[in-house]
Amino acid sequence: MLYRESGDFSSTYPQDSQTFPIKFDRYRYYFVLFIAIAVIPFIINDYWVNSLFLPFLIYAIAAIGLNILVGYCGQVSLGTGGFMAVGAYACYKLMTSFPDISMLVHVLLSGLITAAVGVLFGLPSLRIKGFYLAVATLAAQFFLVWLFNRVPWFYNYSASGQISAPERTFFGINITGANTQAWATYLFCLMFVIFSAYIARNLTRGSVGRKWMAIRDMDIAAEIIGVNPLRAKLTAFAVSSFFVGISGALFFSIYLGAVEVGEVFGIQKSFLVLFMIIIGGLGSIFGSFAGAAFLVLLPVVLKIVGVDWLGWPTDIVAHLQLVIVGGLIIVFLIAEPHGLAQLWRVAKEKLRLWPFPH
Amino acid sequence: MKDQADGYVTADGRQIGPVVMEMKNITLRFGGVEAIKDISFDVREGEIRAIIGPNGAGKSSMLNVISGFYVPQEGEVWYKGARRAPMKPFQVAQQGIARTFQNIALFEGMTVLDNVMTGRLTHMKTGLFAQSIWKGKAEAEETANRAVAERIIDFLEIQAIRKTPVSRLSYGLKKRVELARALAAEPSILLLDEPMAGMNVEEKEDMSRFILDVNDEFGTTIVLIEHDMGVVMDLSDRVVVMDYGKKIGDGTPHDVRNNQAVIDAYLGVAHDA
Repeated sequence: MLYRESGDFSSTYPQDSQTFPIKFDRYRYYFVLFIAIAVIPFIINDYWVNSLFLPFLIYAIAAIGLNILVGYCGQVSLGTGGFMAVGAYACYKLMTSFPDISMLVHVLLSGLITAAVGVLFGLPSLRIKGFYLAVATLAAQFFLVWLFNRVPWFYNYSASGQISAPERTFFGINITGANTQAWATYLFCLMFVIFSAYIARNLTRGSVGRKWMAIRDMDIAAEIIGVNPLRAKLTAFAVSSFFVGISGALFFSIYLGAVEVGEVFGIQKSFLVLFMIIIGGLGSIFGSFAGAAFLVLLPVVLKIVGVDWLGWPTDIVAHLQLVIVGGLIIVFLIAEPHGLAQLWRVAKEKLRLWPFPH
Repeated sequence: MKDQADGYVTADGRQIGPVVMEMKNITLRFGGVEAIKDISFDVREGEIRAIIGPNGAGKSSMLNVISGFYVPQEGEVWYKGARRAPMKPFQVAQQGIARTFQNIALFEGMTVLDNVMTGRLTHMKTGLFAQSIWKGKAEAEETANRAVAERIIDFLEIQAIRKTPVSRLSYGLKKRVELARALAAEPSILLLDEPMAGMNVEEKEDMSRFILDVNDEFGTTIVLIEHDMGVVMDLSDRVVVMDYGKKIGDGTPHDVRNNQAVIDAYLGVAHDA
């Protein structure tokens, strides 16, 4: 009753393969977009932007990126933090070297630079699989963080070893530095989220996505139908790193403003994004959003419930969060390996027949 | 059957074309084991060519040589009038040779339609950039290839399971989907590795009908490996018989059935003490 598809018929192939084949879904999607673009910017304040919206949007981009590599192409990566750092440092170098060029260009270029680095570290994937590849990407993680710590050129020889974002504007409005408007930073990130999700969706539904999924499901069979494994894996690494790089650039320049690489882009960041896509759903764009939302919301909700309502000490709540996330990972891996996205899919299938399931 | 340079006419009146693929003195070794010993045979355009033999005779190895998984130590593969350089399986596929596997090798995480669409990948050329924009070139290409895929789906009568994930299908249906994926590539040669293994009589009949229909309708050249003698004798135009890596017979089903070496290989022969 809530959810019906009767009367929805597609008579052409494009209609049949569109992202939201059911009218109800389509309109809900437009509605969400409308709220995100035209309503939220007017009602948010600094607190909401910094504690919820910015991390959610930026992690969503990172999760989409990692999901392409792990969920669609089946290449496990633990180097997300390192690649985010590449995006952040690329953005920093570009911002300080070319102050007059638009932030839009800088962020996109950071993505492209990270894509190139990602391809480089993706080369071992042609030889090694699974666990061993994960270890190789782990090496990338530690190497990149070490590099940005040790080579002063990357942080412009600053005394603290940190990088901090100078003030930059976008269409005359401050989006980085000290004097930013909540709605401006939100919209700037939202723009990249929509851009990333749109590209990711298009790539995963077409021939490129099928090549990735073929490699993921059975690489020998993929080869026999004419997929060049080298190109398929490297494009996955490139596209994935492109998104991860964009998210790293935004994380540094828009969200944090100042970054100490080992602290922000350490191995924890890699795990956090990996947890997002495991909980959200491997091989699903929606899952990337769901996972990012879940892991960004969880600490906030726990803090409100635990500290503000129940009056527990802050450190206990912080530890409780680790316990809950760890437990959830195990539960999801055993009970629902396809994550929140699959739960959502099952719920939709049930609702389709509700209230007469037989 | 009258053998001519440019083909022959089969018993049921089909015109078979010139040689499209020729294996010349292929020898394949794994260390000290010779899996294939000096085998030569040809495949003509439009025919159904069977490779038979007891277990371990080297039939699957032969198919793997054709599809590029193994590179033979000696011998040459000639394809469409030119000697084929050693190449990777995906390059073989791009040349128009498709195959199915003895153990089903479908993409379990994808739907039937997506699996069949992967068969079209060699025909889809739009780049990463056009794909990410989608509207325009990529969508047009997708639609055109979807139409081809749907024709194959119709042909093999799997319309009803189009959107079903492959992991939910029965064994017989999976075999059919795998055939659909190979056919979607519109190959000039189709290699079938035991297409009827593990099927019951009814499923075998279905599959035989599809193989004949494919050959008839699309004119696809088919090379198949099969254990079921009845099926092989009924389907194929010419048969290669292998035993212990050697070719012991080559000819029409009728010739092969009356070949003493073949009978010995299958029934065993008394060795003098």
